[in-house]
Amino acid sequence: MKHRQLALLLLAGWLAVGTVHANQAEHIRASKAWIRVLPSALPAGGYVTLHNDSDQPAALSGASSAAYSDVMLHKTSTQAAGMSQMTMVDRLDVPAHGEVSLAPAGYHLMLSDPSHPVKAGDTVKLSLKFADGSVLDVDFLARPANAVGADEGYFGHTMGHAAPVPVSSH
Amino acid sequence: MKLLRRLPSILLALLVVGVLALSACQRSASLPTQLTDISGHMPDLAFKLTDDHGKPASAADFHGKVTLLYFGYTHCPDVCPLTLAHLHVIMQRLGPLANDARILFVSVDPARDTPAVMHEYVNAFDPRAVGLTGSAQDIEALVKRYRSAFTREPDRGNGNYDVSHSSAIYIFDRDGKARLLATPDDSQDKLVHDLHLLLDTGAAS
Repeated sequence: MKHRQLALLLLAGWLAVGTVHANQAEHIRASKAWIRVLPSALPAGGYVTLHNDSDQPAALSGASSAAYSDVMLHKTSTQAAGMSQMTMVDRLDVPAHGEVSLAPAGYHLMLSDPSHPVKAGDTVKLSLKFADGSVLDVDFLARPANAVGADEGYFGHTMGHAAPVPVSSH
Repeated sequence: MKLLRRLPSILLALLVVGVLALSACQRSASLPTQLTDISGHMPDLAFKLTDDHGKPASAADFHGKVTLLYFGYTHCPDVCPLTLAHLHVIMQRLGPLANDARILFVSVDPARDTPAVMHEYVNAFDPRAVGLTGSAQDIEALVKRYRSAFTREPDRGNGNYDVSHSSAIYIFDRDGKARLLATPDDSQDKLVHDLHLLLDTGAAS
């Protein structure tokens, strides 16, 4: 009897550990988290780079925030003809031992209907939701409307060299 | 005989005409630009819209200025602010020359983009940016004039909607002549280089 109880306990413990291992949010590190703040209550873009340090793939499935009543995962695509279009995205994979960037002119969080005015310099907490239901809270820095990264072409393409480098999300 | 006596003055008149023609040519002469040259392929700048102060605005108001025409809308959280932010950096890099340049941000969402909304929006980016809005017909006419396009996407259910639109920037010289086209793949450096050339040419006298 005692052995059986111990076995069950071990099993329960193993299951608990297993659950922890399955928790995608725990294996994700966030960096470069920022929001481009626009005047009035206009929708803002949220950007972040997600690093997955584990052997298991993870997938971002959405986000929420007390600061915005509507948060959506979006992707901007620009076709050869130069038309830019936004589409809703259900999930964004973060490969095992890999990373994915939500960056201008690509994947981004569309933050609508702020509950209070967000000013440049503020920190806004966003809860990033993953496919297994786990959640990662990340502080996003609010930056002014005209903020740009130093290494971007006019449209946000990384300009590593003199020649434009295509971004894979396009 | 009379003609012979008048010859010097006729020659002088021809010379004056020639010099004038030459100087006029200089403005539209081909420059060593790096962006796509659209000289002669796109019509001159022309529109009748309302600026972000609520006043009527037309191309004539920008004569003598180099203009950068960009179509977008304020409820666009990603590409429009990104493009305008880069144009702001480009204007900063041009230094005092930028005083002779204007960013013309034309709304493809006039239903939501009132002059007041446009005013707050463009000023969040650059003091030399002008917001232009107007009737749906006038905006469509301008979009078509430059063979650009936009499509209002279906309502997301909460009254909000997106507008897909062309991402190009059309650059006009001081005379309102279409000169260059910039696309998302073009670097800031190219824009700064070419705007320098256009701004150095035919400064308003």
